[in-house]
Amino acid sequence: MKNVIWHILKRIGASLATIFVISVIIFIGVELLPGDVADTVLGQSATPETVEAFRRELKLDLPPHIRYVTWLKNFVQGDFGNSLANKRPVAELISWRFSNTLFLAATTALIAVPLAILLGILAAFYRNTLYDKVISTTTLSFISFPEFFVAYILIALFSVKMELFPSIAMIDPHMGLGRKFYTILLPALTLTCVVTAHMMRQTRAAIINVLASAYIEMAEIKGIRRLRIIIHHAFPNSLSPVINVVAVNLAYLVVGVVIVEVVFVYPGLGQLLVDSVAKRDLPVVQASGLIFSITYIGLNLLADVLSMLSNPKLRQSQF
Amino acid sequence: MLSLLRQSPLSARIGLGIVILNCLVAIFAPWIAPYDETAVVGEVWETVSARFYLGTDHIGRDLFTRMVYGARNTIALAFITTALSFMFGSLLGFVAAVKGGWIDQVLSRLIDVIMSFPTLIFALMILSVLGSSIPTLIFTIALLDSTRVYRLSRAVAMDIEVMEFVEVARLRGEGLWWIIRHEILPNALPPLTAEFGLRFCFVFLFIASLSFLGLGIQPPLADWGGMVRENAGAITFGIFTPLIPAGAIAFLTVGVNMIVDWFLHLSSGLHE
Repeated sequence: MKNVIWHILKRIGASLATIFVISVIIFIGVELLPGDVADTVLGQSATPETVEAFRRELKLDLPPHIRYVTWLKNFVQGDFGNSLANKRPVAELISWRFSNTLFLAATTALIAVPLAILLGILAAFYRNTLYDKVISTTTLSFISFPEFFVAYILIALFSVKMELFPSIAMIDPHMGLGRKFYTILLPALTLTCVVTAHMMRQTRAAIINVLASAYIEMAEIKGIRRLRIIIHHAFPNSLSPVINVVAVNLAYLVVGVVIVEVVFVYPGLGQLLVDSVAKRDLPVVQASGLIFSITYIGLNLLADVLSMLSNPKLRQSQF
Repeated sequence: MLSLLRQSPLSARIGLGIVILNCLVAIFAPWIAPYDETAVVGEVWETVSARFYLGTDHIGRDLFTRMVYGARNTIALAFITTALSFMFGSLLGFVAAVKGGWIDQVLSRLIDVIMSFPTLIFALMILSVLGSSIPTLIFTIALLDSTRVYRLSRAVAMDIEVMEFVEVARLRGEGLWWIIRHEILPNALPPLTAEFGLRFCFVFLFIASLSFLGLGIQPPLADWGGMVRENAGAITFGIFTPLIPAGAIAFLTVGVNMIVDWFLHLSSGLHE
């Protein structure tokens, strides 16, 4: 057990180091601008005075390492600076939108994870039959489709033809929970299609992998029913890869929402990021980019830690 | 080669057909397209007719023409980017595998950091700083994608590097480039070819996504991702124009994936 804790600590250390390096990259990225931010943002209308005032406002007159430390310290304390576009504090813009993004991702996970695991088990159970082939082909197509294609097909079907759901997922803080679920059902379904395909394929592969081992053959010889073998013998041992797959896909989900948010005009962090990139609102881009990265790395870390804990073999091996 | 093709499964042949069709359209775009790439020739969102095979787009340009030129722009850009990514990635991967030591360590750790950063977010950050232009787009995506190529080519080259013939070449006093060119590259080619297809799909979808977000290929150049974005408003009126370019993207990636699937099947040595 001591061994596991040591490995986990090492893994957490590596993640923290990565986050540190990424924060430096994000910071330096803005530094590397030809000229500097002031010239770029003010553009044609720049006079020496406005540039000077703007530089002082962004504290560009201080040396880079001091500015980096201040920036990082403020970031940790939740102060992300002011937006260049509308002068409002970035933290205020981001917090509500980030909770919306997490809400969409969580709703999707709630639908996709059980569905993917169930479909994966069924595909492994009925492997090499027609059902398996149909599922495999469908999921392979979903993986090859761009997210906006799935999204527009769902819109065309459910909101234009059948008029069941709204094509725009506008939510506001005063909505009830049920109303919110109803509004975001189409974006959640779009994401479900994309993520389930990945998860289901990997669950199927993990279970089939375990089914090839000797103790499964033993159980078969003993005459245990096939469904029971899969649920009681194969599934627990394929749990580690499955948990890993789920967590990695959740990480993908948090980032993958960007396009879906834009399609459905959903007020999430991804849409804010895309808008800010177009407007070159750098403080917002920096803050939301770093938040996305930390969430992504955090979930990947969770994936590794969980699979380390659930797999006794990993407790000894190196990674 | 021909006999290999004759044994290929139906899905691979369909995939090959799709890819060849798309390439032909891309190459002969100016001869196929009935109108000019950016010419406004009709009303907004006209329906399918003998004059406009696929109707018109949001400002009255012929959608069929835009699709044809879009194939050319999107596929060419994705192809160049993937090729560049393979040049960077495999070269660094081979050097890391053959040289080993600190070069390998530094490169691998650096790549680890880039890979732990979500790709789309990374690309958005770079584009926000540098602005979106076609060279920036190509270099950014090639850089991000080459990390995957690096991982694979390093692993493949590691396996080849321990073979006797590399040892012999070393003892003969051949240099790094000679070993990479004459010993590693020819042996690493089959797995890298299948990877090329996968990477192409990824890059193609990635560029389409960026264009869809309005940060990729800029109008008035025709491009499938951008066309979905421009025509997105139509869908709420029950006009399915945006589904046509989106469908074309899906069609091509499914086609490439079908070929890749067959390739992976061949190189994994699983013959039923």
